[in-house]
Amino acid sequence: MTQNIIQLSDVSKSINDHTILYNINLEVRNGEFLTLLGPSGCGKTTLLRLISGFETPTTGKIFIDGKNVDGLAPHLRHVHTVFQSYALFPHMNVYDNIAFGLRCHKLPKKEIKERIAEVLKIVKLEKYIHRKPDQLSGGQQQRVAIARAVVNRPLVLLLDEPLSSLDYRLRKTMQIELKQLQRKLGITFIFVTHDQEEALSMSDRVVVMYEGGIEQIGTPRQVYEDPQSLTVANFIGETNIFKSEIIAVDGKMYTVSIEGKRRIIKSPHSFSAGQKVNILVRPEDLRVWGQAEVENTQDMFPGVVEEVIYKGTTVDLIVRLSHNQLVSATEFFNEDDDRLEYAIGEPVWASWLSGWEVILPHEE
Amino acid sequence: MKNDSTFKLFSLSIVWVWLLFFSLVPYGLVIIASLLSHSENNLIQLPFTIKNYIDVNNIIYLRILEKSFYLAGLCTLICLVLGYPFAYIIARMKSSFKGLLILLIIIPFWTSSLIRTYSMIAILKSKGIINSFLMGIGLIHTPLPLIFNNTAVLIGLVYNLLPFMVLPLLTNIERLDNRLIDAARDLGANRLTTFRKIILPLTMPGIIAGCILVFLPAMTIFYIPDLLGGAKSVLAGNLIQNQFLISQNWPFGSAISIVLALLLAMLLLIYWKSTRGKKERDLL
Repeated sequence: MTQNIIQLSDVSKSINDHTILYNINLEVRNGEFLTLLGPSGCGKTTLLRLISGFETPTTGKIFIDGKNVDGLAPHLRHVHTVFQSYALFPHMNVYDNIAFGLRCHKLPKKEIKERIAEVLKIVKLEKYIHRKPDQLSGGQQQRVAIARAVVNRPLVLLLDEPLSSLDYRLRKTMQIELKQLQRKLGITFIFVTHDQEEALSMSDRVVVMYEGGIEQIGTPRQVYEDPQSLTVANFIGETNIFKSEIIAVDGKMYTVSIEGKRRIIKSPHSFSAGQKVNILVRPEDLRVWGQAEVENTQDMFPGVVEEVIYKGTTVDLIVRLSHNQLVSATEFFNEDDDRLEYAIGEPVWASWLSGWEVILPHEE
Repeated sequence: MKNDSTFKLFSLSIVWVWLLFFSLVPYGLVIIASLLSHSENNLIQLPFTIKNYIDVNNIIYLRILEKSFYLAGLCTLICLVLGYPFAYIIARMKSSFKGLLILLIIIPFWTSSLIRTYSMIAILKSKGIINSFLMGIGLIHTPLPLIFNNTAVLIGLVYNLLPFMVLPLLTNIERLDNRLIDAARDLGANRLTTFRKIILPLTMPGIIAGCILVFLPAMTIFYIPDLLGGAKSVLAGNLIQNQFLISQNWPFGSAISIVLALLLAMLLLIYWKSTRGKKERDLL
């Protein structure tokens, strides 16, 4: 048994001299929930279609379960797809839809029946086996599509933005159900989405893609807290960016100047003195204080509240700092800071704990 | 609001008036004529009789009807076999060529089908284009008997009616969701299974529409067997035409028309029943 169920090495894809994917190296571990995350048009669906066999790579090799699948037709690959629009067969009822794959593989009737009963129980659709797809709700259709794929016990289940056409509440429920399903079945899931929240909450690992390339592969925590590039930081969550440059280097400690104030920042990356950098601070790491709340303002940045957005569990502030830069800050209600009432135009102090910022080289 | 309902009433009444005057009234007249008598002096005359229907029950006429069904059925089958791949290829085409190809299917409609049938004579006759070509390249030494027989009628019917098969199929296949084909392939279906289980059932409405549009005119079109079939090939269409124009026996011609119409209506009814029953079964 190989550790990696799918392996892509140096895969690229061009259509009519137009590069869609380049330099894709990806190892998918057996049993993990992997998410391909990126804005639309970044090539994530194409990557999925390369694995399922609907597209052939221009260069590079794809291995499924250790075997090179070059030239292998989709119906001979032991991976199945849940399509974005479900693609349920409209002329078949739920039972026949789910039985389709099993019948193609010529399983005995009895086993087909058992397997379908089993999978229908998992997706909670026992009552609907005689319904046609157009007699089901969006969420039910979604479950049929998943059942139709997993009933074949694929090595890998590919899911192409399966939740994007559901409404917000149903999407939340399905996210949890999908995650539980994946744990229960132990099948490797490759999940495509452009929704970063979905990616972070469901995945074991996230592959962040941008314009046909892989920007970063890591756990949700890694890609969120330690983005490798400005693209990743910008795409996953909101972020405040301070443009700066390295003033002094002391081992892994770097002195920078932000808004005219010096700060010493620790970073695992290497920088040289004089190098232009970006300093990233997440809104939830940025603390905002009223004038009366603080005395020692040496490490704080003065600003004026521009906008207050009340969101129930949080209050989002947009603050204009003294050098005219706008930053956003998310303030949580908690016991030691219950005064979250800010007026527009109120002068405030902004700060963050040292070590919570990320420093990245400047990108053109 | 008021204008809206007036317009609705107006447009609906046009449909009803149309149906009444151009469909129900003529049909009523044909039914009445089929129940009247015939003489040398009058096209139709009293008294009412069912003699005409009894006359239809004659082995000669039944043979003609049988042959018409056979040729029309064969013509429909050939049109389907030729038209389906044809429509499929055009419908799945992505190039800008597609519009031109659809135009090419429609262009023959701009010329009267009678004239096009005359031109078929020039192509099929013993010194026609096909035979001259085949003899010219030395493939055959005596001309193939391509005209004034059933083959000629069949060729003429297929040539004239093929677009009626292709066009409904084209629209149906164009609407077919590509993702369903992908899904079938993804689930392990090879090309043949995908075609049989997914593409064919989903394009069935187009196939049925095409078959009806080809079969009905193939049964009744009279100038094609007239021109290409010669004297030997009498089909239902020209049998009726002969009764009206040559024998001048309107009541008998009307009776054959009604019998033919009933037979065709029965076919449609059987089809309709079978699909309706199926739908109800699926709902259970």
